Order: sequence, then structure tokens, then C-alpha cells
Amino acid sequence: MSALRILVPIKRVIDYAVKPRVNKAQTGVETAGVKHSMNPFDELSVEESVRIRDKKRAPGGVEDICVISAGPPKAQDVLRTAMAMGADRAIHVEVKEGEDLEPLAVAKLLRRAVEEEGSNMVILGKQSIDDDANQTGQMLAGLLGWAQATQASRVEFGEGDLVTVTKEVDGGVETVRARLPMVVTTDLRLNEPRYASLPNIMKAKKKPMSKKTLADFGVTAERRLKVLKVTEPAPRQGGGKVEDVGGLVSKLKELGAI
Amino acid sequence: MLCTARRILPQQLRGGLTRATTSPVAFFSPAALRRLASTLAVLEQREGKLNNGSLSAISAAKKIGGPIHGFIAGSSIKAVAEEAATADGVDKIVAVDNGAYDKGLPENFAPLLVENIKKGGYTHVIVGHTAFGKNLLPRVAALLDSQQISDITSIESENTFVRPIYAGNAIATVESSDPVKCITIRGTAFAPAELGKGSAAVEDGVDPKVESVTEWVSEDLAKSDRPDLATAGRVVSGGRGLKSKEEFDRIMQPLADTLGAAIGASRAAVDSGYADNSLQVGQTGKVVAPQLYMAVGISGAIQHLAGMKDSKVIAAINKDPDAPIFQVADVGLVGDLFEKVPELTEQLKK
Repeated sequence: MSALRILVPIKRVIDYAVKPRVNKAQTGVETAGVKHSMNPFDELSVEESVRIRDKKRAPGGVEDICVISAGPPKAQDVLRTAMAMGADRAIHVEVKEGEDLEPLAVAKLLRRAVEEEGSNMVILGKQSIDDDANQTGQMLAGLLGWAQATQASRVEFGEGDLVTVTKEVDGGVETVRARLPMVVTTDLRLNEPRYASLPNIMKAKKKPMSKKTLADFGVTAERRLKVLKVTEPAPRQGGGKVEDVGGLVSKLKELGAI
Repeated sequence: MLCTARRILPQQLRGGLTRATTSPVAFFSPAALRRLASTLAVLEQREGKLNNGSLSAISAAKKIGGPIHGFIAGSSIKAVAEEAATADGVDKIVAVDNGAYDKGLPENFAPLLVENIKKGGYTHVIVGHTAFGKNLLPRVAALLDSQQISDITSIESENTFVRPIYAGNAIATVESSDPVKCITIRGTAFAPAELGKGSAAVEDGVDPKVESVTEWVSEDLAKSDRPDLATAGRVVSGGRGLKSKEEFDRIMQPLADTLGAAIGASRAAVDSGYADNSLQVGQTGKVVAPQLYMAVGISGAIQHLAGMKDSKVIAAINKDPDAPIFQVADVGLVGDLFEKVPELTEQLKK
């Protein structure tokens, strides 16, 4: 069994609890002065990687857990958080503020990173909660020609580099098996991410973070999808309350719902 | 220059066509049309049964214009392909008969699709934003070097699409510059094409027979006689307020049965084990848009609203009068769900 060299791509996004506001120019969502954090699904990826090592789940052991993020300088904050959770080192690919990469570009960047880092497993979140695309992991697996297991709720390791993944699908779960190397994307039920403790946050400051540019990975920020406009969804008006169950039934009848 | 000309041409031509004849194929040779818009709608099947929800891909394709071909693959596919060939608006069904594609494994299904897309010269590939579509299409898009457009809710033109972002808190209109546009569609935004209205030809597709590096092991699907959550006309959904799995079943099932509704759940209810994962409604679960959505014991976090706020009528029962769900509910009732829901079920039975 080969030792695992895990690459964990993470993204800095607007915090999940913040209600995003569309900017006045209708070009995007207001990001200035808004709380950002690590994409929740990426926390699951970091947690899973660290647990695979801590619980000695992989027969070949875990040699390396490297987190990578392409984003503005502030993306370093989420990389530090990931290291405080237990990742060994980080790569920050600096992208100018407002020059967000599309999933295809990120997948191309990650392909190069996988080759350079000698990774044999990439664990990504199933989607980022800003763009809601749900593409990067699958695209990366396609570019690499690797096996993919998306929306994982359980990952198990066996002899001979076998990895068995239970995936959440419409109507239930499905289990697939493949040999390393492999791309896995994480779903909510996979684990519960830990909070980074203060000593670990301090230690994470000393862990290595290498700084790269898009050019180092042969990628540009060109966009294939031009955003023509971003608008608020049509507002929904609450219709008020009724006093009792009888009122509820007659209102539903009035609205033609029953 | 050339680029601009090509972009305008198809629209002018199509406009002309509609006036001239109802059958574009009779007017232009298929080769000429192929350089304009032509769509491959990927259909889903399970154990020899066509997934009718996947026929939404054909309805979406109609909005693009140009010929529409359906694609379907699996073992003994002929009968399913012939059924799909009766879908309203489809011009041809491309079928690949090979059991290797039954489980929709992207490692062999993606190369299969890519070969058929290249052979057919399609400009658009559409599949539902389902577990199958989400797993498969990005891999296809990467192999075609195309930036996929996910979970669209509307088609403005052959290269302009509308999709929700940030859990539905913003709506983006995007224009694609890729020669082949890979698109997943939100099922609730496009009604499935009707069957029994067409008589398209069924043709064998190319089969590159790529071995999958992933092996399908097993599945465990929740069995239910209730309507499918994603397409149900009515949905009753329970949250943390139900307190336990036993209470969830005791309270929600009679209500669902009385209304003929599907059962959904909030993330809190799923995480606490009250309901199965596959019932989760929200940004990371199912997106539903039924005639009636009844939220019981659900506070209404933005991630949950993302999955149900396009419902026609929303009703909410919650003991907290300040719960955010009341801001979107057409009708709200403040009260103890353990008392109100059984009472409601009784009244509805009458």
C-alpha cells in the first residue's frame, strides 16, 4: 500500500451565516467588509484527511497533507486555519481581488499541483457555497484520468490501494470502489470538523506556506463565462399569520393549494 | 468579425425558418444545421426504466432551438430508447446498448458521451442537475475543455443562461464563449417533455468501450410509496421541532398521506437522525418547487430556504412567532406542532 499524499484544495468564501447582498452595480455580491471563512465543505475535507492519519485508517499511512488555495492574500487565513486543524503545509496561489477563477481553471491548476506534489489522493468539498457549481473535483478527476467518488459520506481504505467510498445520491446512498490515485469530494455527513485549538493555531503559524502565482501553474484568470449581471431574487412576501388550524385550512383553500 | 457574424446568423436563420416551415430539416441539410445550435439531451434510466424527470433536458433544449437529440445508454436499451423517442420535441434518440453504462459511472460514461458529442457535432449538452448529472457532466466538460454552467433555471439565448448563486440569494446571468456548452438544469424550472407525442428515430451511438477505473459495489435506496420529493406537487417538511425520529414519523406521515405529499426535512432533522439524508431540502440537499410546501418545526435558515422558496404556496407551523420562515410563508400558524399538525390532519381528512 502506498503512503497517502493528500492534497486538499480549499476556498475562502463569504461565511455561510451571512446573507449575501447584491452590489449596486449589479456586477456581483458585496464582499468588502463581509465576514469570510473556509468553505464549509472544505472543512470536512481537511477534517477527513487529518482523521485518516490520526486514526491510522490507511494501511500505508499518511505521508503528507498539503492544503492549497487560489485567492487573494486573505486566502492565507483559511490556509492557516487548515494547518491549525492538522494539515502539514500550505500552498497559496495568489489571485488578484475580484479575479475569481472558474472551476475549469482551478481544476487545471490543481492538475499541475498534483503532478508537482506527487499527490495520490485529492479531497475536495462537493461545492463551494458562493458559486454553487459542484464541478471542480469532477473536472480534476477527468483531467487526470483518475477515479472519482463524489458526495462522500464514508471513506474506507483496504489492502492493495483500494478505497471504498459511500456516496450520497438521490434517494439514498451508493458505494463505489477504486484504486489510488483517486479524487474524493466530501458531503455534509462525512464528519464533524474540529475547531482549531489556540495552541494549534500558534503552531500553524510556524508551518510552511509556499507562495505561488497562476503562471507557476500555467493558468490564467481568463473567463469562459462572462457575468452579464447579478440581481436579487424576486422577493417573496410573507402572507401573514392565521389564528388557528381552521384559518390555515381555509387560507390554503383560498390560495388553491389544497 | 467572423465571430460576430456567426453569432447573429443562427438567430436570423431560425427566425426565418419559423416563418417558412415547421420542419427545419426539410429546409436545410443536417450538416448546415449542425454548425448552428444542436443539442444533446442526456436522459437517465434505471434498470430498464426511463427516468421521466430527465425529460426536462428536452424541454430545456427546446428553448435553445435547433435539432434535439436524446442520449441514453445501458443494457437492453432498445425499449427505453423507443419510449424516449415519443417525447415531445425530440428529433432523434442516440442509444448505446451496453451494460457497462447501467450505473452511470463517470469514468466510462464521460468518454462515451464525449465521443458521441464529437460525432454529432453538438453545440449544447444538457443534463439534469441530479446526482447522475452532477457527477458526470463536469468530467465531460473538462474533457471537452468547456466551462460548465450548473443548475440553470432559465435560458435567455443559446449562449446566455440564468443560474442562482449564493444559495439562491443572488441570480447571475452568464454568457458562455465555449463552442460546446455543457449545462445542468434545475429540474423544477423546466417541466419534463411529454411522452407519446413524437416519433423520433432511434440510432445506435458510438461506444468507445473505455474501462471504468471505479467499480460499483452496492446501493441502498430508501424505498417509499410516496411521490418523489424532487417532483412532488405537495411537500410536507419537518425540522428540529419534531424532537425525535419516532415523533417525526408519527406526526409527519399521516399529514403526508392525507395530502398525498412527499416528505422532506431540514438539515437539522437529518443530522439528528429524524429523517433520511435523501430527504434533505436545501442548498446542499434537494431543491423543490411544489404547489404546496408545508414547513413544520423549521425555523427557515437561508440554506433551507434555498431549497424551497420557489414553491407556489408556502405554509409554516412553528411555535416561535419570530422564526424567519414566517417572512416567506404565504400562511403561517404560530403554535405547538404536536397539537396543531394532528388537528390539521384531522380537518383535512374531512
